Amino acid sequence: MSQIVLDHITKKYPDGFEAVKDMSLTIEDGEFVILVGPSGCGKSTALRMIAGLEDITDGELRIGDSVVNDKAPKDRDIAMVFQNYALYPHMTVAENMGFALKLAKVDQSEIDRKVSEAAKVLDLTQHLDRKPANLSGGQRQRVAMGRAIVRDPSAFLMDEPLSNLDAKLRVQMRTEVSRIQQRLGTTTVYVTHDQTEAMTLGDRVAVMRSGVLQQVGSPMDLYNNPKNLFVAGFIGSPAMNFMPAQIEGDTLKLPVADVRLPEELRGNLGGSAGDGRQVIAGIRPEDFEDAHQVGDHKDRGTTFTVTIELVESMGSELYAHFSAVSEHSIESEELRELAEDSGAGEVPGAGEEGEIVARLDPASKVARGKEAELWVDATKVKLFDPADGRSLTADSTAEGNGAPSASGGQSPAGRDPEREPGGRG
Amino acid sequence: MTHTPREKAFWSIAILVVILYALIPVAWITSLSLKSPDQVADGKFFSGFSFENYDQIFSENTFNAALVNSLGIAAIATLISIALASMAAYALARLNFAGKAVILSGALAVAMFPPISIVGSLFDLWRAIGLYDTWPGLILPYMTFTLPLAIYTLSAFFREIPWELEQAAQVDGATPFQAFRKVIVPLAAPGVFTAAILVFIFAWNDFLFANTLTSTTDAQTVPAALAFFSGGSRFTEPIGAISAAAVVVTIPIIIMVLIFQRRIVAGLTAGAVKG
Ligand SMILES: Nc1ncnc2c1ncn2[C@@H]1O[C@H](COP(=O)(O)OP(=O)(O)O)[C@@H](O)[C@H]1O
Ligand SMILES: [Mg+2]
Repeated sequence: MSQIVLDHITKKYPDGFEAVKDMSLTIEDGEFVILVGPSGCGKSTALRMIAGLEDITDGELRIGDSVVNDKAPKDRDIAMVFQNYALYPHMTVAENMGFALKLAKVDQSEIDRKVSEAAKVLDLTQHLDRKPANLSGGQRQRVAMGRAIVRDPSAFLMDEPLSNLDAKLRVQMRTEVSRIQQRLGTTTVYVTHDQTEAMTLGDRVAVMRSGVLQQVGSPMDLYNNPKNLFVAGFIGSPAMNFMPAQIEGDTLKLPVADVRLPEELRGNLGGSAGDGRQVIAGIRPEDFEDAHQVGDHKDRGTTFTVTIELVESMGSELYAHFSAVSEHSIESEELRELAEDSGAGEVPGAGEEGEIVARLDPASKVARGKEAELWVDATKVKLFDPADGRSLTADSTAEGNGAPSASGGQSPAGRDPEREPGGRG
Repeated sequence: MTHTPREKAFWSIAILVVILYALIPVAWITSLSLKSPDQVADGKFFSGFSFENYDQIFSENTFNAALVNSLGIAAIATLISIALASMAAYALARLNFAGKAVILSGALAVAMFPPISIVGSLFDLWRAIGLYDTWPGLILPYMTFTLPLAIYTLSAFFREIPWELEQAAQVDGATPFQAFRKVIVPLAAPGVFTAAILVFIFAWNDFLFANTLTSTTDAQTVPAALAFFSGGSRFTEPIGAISAAAVVVTIPIIIMVLIFQRRIVAGLTAGAVKG
């Protein structure tokens, strides 16, 4: 078990493409860190540099106390789970799992013991003598996990280990991965493009875009205090609604309604300088409510009337879609790109209709084609600078890029570092 | 895929017809080889066992020497050809370098070149430089004509190997050489054996080069030696002997295919990766 430190790491591929740009991140001993971002943003490249499968162009990588930039993968004591599992097809499940130990010249009896122990944890005991070709996708995935855990390495690296499974199995294995990591307490870096996985699994989540680390923080921190438009749009499902807005005095003019800016938001905007300013407003679907169902906190927000275009009922919740015509227009190339990258809908221009999704209580009576009174929580509205997508409302005291927060105890704390990994517990 | 009984019956009959069509001549030759000289022309499919013909060919020095030549020349040509082709195919499958396409199409061009058009000049050349009627004199053209085929087969095969396994092995603690030796070689083996069999069969069966570039038991291979077979006396057709020899030369091929069949397990790489 070790701390992993990426110190201003840059990766430039031979064709000149810069896949990872000046990335700094510290992964504490025993921590479970998720590297998340859209496809092609450089997550795998970063992970492969940690594994030693990719040269580091610039910067320093430390595992434990030593700089490992020039160490071969075999000398880094890390185990990796590949996206497509990369099982050895000519070996049985047991041989696959014991391969690393065999290379390390561990006694065969000791190998057998560790393999059968890991097989028990992963429910693979009756498959130990089978070849990977005869296993189901979920079983192969577990063999890949098993190959990593029998070694008791100082860190696990996982590159989208669940992305090849079907949806149901994925959720099941997600719990499994989390359980195993907690039990072993091994430092883990987990790459995924799925924000749900990122939010549910990690102690901390690092969001990447185009090779640049955008924000690092606990899942709740990213959700509540996204540092920019990209993180705001990427984290959360359904995605945050973006709309152009204008600040006039203490009022924020949204396409759907005028809302009073809460005191603390105005403070962050820098007082008078904000007057008449064009901004992008971001509202999460869950920050809307059916006006009839708002409790005693109704004065925190504003009520408005819209025509509901579509209602999707999920049983436990209800998504109401409606559109709003923007009076203002915002021109920003950067912004369009950001919105596209984050998977959030585009910010509509002037006169264009923008679709907005609201998540309501299933008891709500809204119906398709009917007018409905909705309420929006003004204290939860996020504002972004149209010029660069920077958040104007993010809590400036939130943790910064890269370096683990002062309150970094949130991660490995509460776990017993002395516990024998792999031991029965 | 499910088949109706009618479909199954159709395919069974079709396969049977094809097998019969292919095997009847073989059975006929075998039957001829087991007849005594006076029975050869009786037109019957079976007229008793007689090992006279086999006794005769094995008692002739020509045939025994030819067998040794055939085995030696085909084996050496196969070894060298596969060794070279493996390296070339590895480079073609794994590396990106200028002129890759040229090399592949060059190999293809050699494969399409008709051997008959060079055999005449080879004859003159070999006599001039002393390769005529020697083992290297046959091994060289066999390599030339089998290398393209081997390179093609092997590079297609190598491209299918999930090379990520090499990295998985390295992360598991293997040196690059161990990763190659313990993971890549076992996976590449079936492809190598397939190519080796193809090369061996080409060399073993060749008649054109063997007939043109050899003249004595020094290097004459079985197909060439067969052409010079004579009967028991001047006036008997050596049909029985030729048949016996034909059966004998088929046996090594059958043995080889049977041995390597287990190693050419189709889809050995299945299961390494999803999909
Ligand atoms: N060997 C390579 N040579 C050049 N560019 C590469 C190479 N491998 C990956 N890239 C590029 O680097 C970027 C990041 O790749 P990757 O780290 O695999 O992304 P992901 O976040 O999807 O895992 C991609 O745009 C990809 O095209
Ligand atoms: Mg990737």
